[in-house]
Amino acid sequence: MNFKKQFEEGLLTKNPVTVQLLGMCSVLAITTSLFNGLGMGLSVTIILICSNVLISALRKVIPSQIRIAAYIVIIAGFVTIVDLLLKAYLPDLSESLGVFIPLIVVNCIILGRAEGFASKNGVLASAVDGLCQGIGYTVALVIMCVIRELLGSGTFGGGLLNGGEGIRLLPAQFPAMMMVMPVGGFLTLGFVIAGSQWLMARLDRKNRKNRKGGR
Amino acid sequence: MDYINSLLGILLSAVLTENFILVKFYGICPFMGVSKKIDTALGMGMAVTFVMALASAATWAVNAFLLVPFGLTYMQTVAFILVIASIVQVVEMFLKKSVPALYQALGIFLPLITTNCAVLGVALVNVQKGYDFLQSVVNGAAGGLGFTLAIVLFASLRQRVDKADVPKCFQGFPITLIAAGLLALAFMGFSGLKVF
Repeated sequence: MNFKKQFEEGLLTKNPVTVQLLGMCSVLAITTSLFNGLGMGLSVTIILICSNVLISALRKVIPSQIRIAAYIVIIAGFVTIVDLLLKAYLPDLSESLGVFIPLIVVNCIILGRAEGFASKNGVLASAVDGLCQGIGYTVALVIMCVIRELLGSGTFGGGLLNGGEGIRLLPAQFPAMMMVMPVGGFLTLGFVIAGSQWLMARLDRKNRKNRKGGR
Repeated sequence: MDYINSLLGILLSAVLTENFILVKFYGICPFMGVSKKIDTALGMGMAVTFVMALASAATWAVNAFLLVPFGLTYMQTVAFILVIASIVQVVEMFLKKSVPALYQALGIFLPLITTNCAVLGVALVNVQKGYDFLQSVVNGAAGGLGFTLAIVLFASLRQRVDKADVPKCFQGFPITLIAAGLLALAFMGFSGLKVF
């Protein structure tokens, strides 16, 4: 397995959020401050790596008829572990993410990678896949958070920097509340996906031109 | 009388002010995936409503009679997802045997519902808010109705958006999301609506 290719796929060409369009619920719901986005992204990455490794290790043992149920139980186990750890060590994060931590169980990214990758590949490749997809997910979340937080509350790094207040970039009367409301989630994700499609079309054109030039 | 008022309050807030899709963001995947046609959107909405009401009842019972007495509340997520998966399976088998007409209409949506955040979401919210049995079922059914309302409205919107001429990089999913954003903006108008 080619690490560089997997990384590129996770980050851009097969990004779980902008290309595969998986796990929309958490992407739209919790991306209101940088702290939330990073916390959610890291939690999902950890769960994704663990479940990918375990499912890949057990892929020859689990009968294919009940594999989905088995995957869900494995994933739910890891989600519960992360949920309890967050409650114990990062109660603030656990509070602000709320029900979306247990809802990682039904996040399509994790089940999708289990079914699409870990059930067919070796343990190491699955771990790398989990890491790359998780990083892709985290990056997408962070981009969403930065845009929504800047436009919605006028700050950067809320909950994380400057004693939880965030660094104020826009004066307090300027930001539009709308952007941290549900509407902002839909609009921002629409623009982020449009941006990534534009970027990919550009890269594609460049690659094609390079190939032609080489011949 | 107070109790009936509280039920009506739950009903209204789950359908309008706290709409499951447009305000709380549960169940975005089917919302985007199955909203290309009004008929299928309605079918999905009905299937989700049915399963959500059943799942609310079942998870309430599991929580009150199994998890709480034995001090196993930390196993909530695992227990609930298993209950939901088995309910979906049972409903599918039951419909196939006894109501084939309904199965024809809803059948293809049922497997999708297991991984619908709305169903697990409503089960977890019921426990969090400390609803009793009837309140949980009303919340589940009303959440499903809100889901149906949003997905049907969105499907009719989307049929028009698909025909529109938009910039190339916005084609497909981005413009759909922006349309959903505008629908969410309309639902924001309901916030602050307090009947009881």
